[in-house]
Amino acid sequence: MSIGHTLLGLLESGPRHGYDLKRAFDEKFGHDRPLHYGQVYSTMSRLLKNGLVEVDGIEAGGGPERKRYAITDAGITDVERWLATPEKPEEYLQSTLYTKVVLALLTHRDAADILDTQRSEHLRSMRILTDRKRKGDLADQLICDHALFHLEADLRWLELTAARLDKLRAAVTR
Amino acid sequence: MTPPPGSLLAAENLRKSFGPTVALDGADFSIHPGEVVAVMGPSGSGKSTLLHCLAGIVPPDSGSITYAGRELAGLSDTERSALRRRDFGFVFQFGQLVPELTCVENVALPLRLNGSPRKEAERAALTWMERLEVDDLKGKRPGEVSGGQGQRVAVARALVTGPRVVFADEPTGALDSLNGERVMELLTDAARSTNAAVVLVTHEARVAAYSDREIVVRDGRSRDMERAI
Repeated sequence: MSIGHTLLGLLESGPRHGYDLKRAFDEKFGHDRPLHYGQVYSTMSRLLKNGLVEVDGIEAGGGPERKRYAITDAGITDVERWLATPEKPEEYLQSTLYTKVVLALLTHRDAADILDTQRSEHLRSMRILTDRKRKGDLADQLICDHALFHLEADLRWLELTAARLDKLRAAVTR
Repeated sequence: MTPPPGSLLAAENLRKSFGPTVALDGADFSIHPGEVVAVMGPSGSGKSTLLHCLAGIVPPDSGSITYAGRELAGLSDTERSALRRRDFGFVFQFGQLVPELTCVENVALPLRLNGSPRKEAERAALTWMERLEVDDLKGKRPGEVSGGQGQRVAVARALVTGPRVVFADEPTGALDSLNGERVMELLTDAARSTNAAVVLVTHEARVAAYSDREIVVRDGRSRDMERAI
């Protein structure tokens, strides 16, 4: 999963401090793997260097300075591009897809569109495998079948998620 | 409307309601000769209604359907029936073979309805049954053959008139994986060899993988994924 894009997406709803970003990330996406502070700050400084975020304000307190980050227009374009690009069909990509769908819902984009685009990408792979299977020997058929069943499982997840988008929207924007 | 260049069958902005239920809410579609297009979408999304409208079985409330350059709405009932008999072939999930007839009589039936003499019709039917690898079932009745065999007989019957469009609604829905795949291979190979277009309604990705492209129907609206990307 792209942590940079996820943090950028979270910033779209308004400027936040690094600490708030970590908390929002952990709450929405980090159920089994919360972010380390170090990851947040190194990611933010990379995004800052690339012009995708800017410092919106600095609070001086008793401890270290607290920077508040805001997404730039280039950052919004970057998130947009990431969300619209289907993932390469492979095993265990659900966490990335889940993140994209939730971010789309949070930023009022069309989440069904992301799922449709991904389905199309999966079907493209399945067509290639089906064609190879038709022309191949039994070994080819068995190898392709294994890949096809995995892709099919992904697609079933996409369909179920599409059917649950309204529920998910209500849950994540609560 | 102007159908997409080269398309054999095209629909634009189809709307259809059954009482208060909206089945199609502005669906578009187009298919070229020799092309296999999968129509996908969740249950109740309107995919079967779209197929029924495209095949001239159910008239849409509004929107237009063009087949080979002619508006379906401009045809009389008799002309539409003739079109369905001569130019269109149909494969459904089940229940399509006449139980009292033998398999070869079932396959020959569309030709007989078009006026072909029995011998000629059954000869043509046997040729298609050979291609679908079910010629050994010619004397059996549908109740005596397996689901997969029956579905191959149904595919032979859909293709026997040399249709320009085959409408297949969940053609493998009642079959196991191996039989389903064989039916899809035989159906798409046969259709491609005769340059027939196939409108394939399915919710199964493995079946849709036999298509050239897919459109997705959701809440009565269609989305052409090839054009969307």
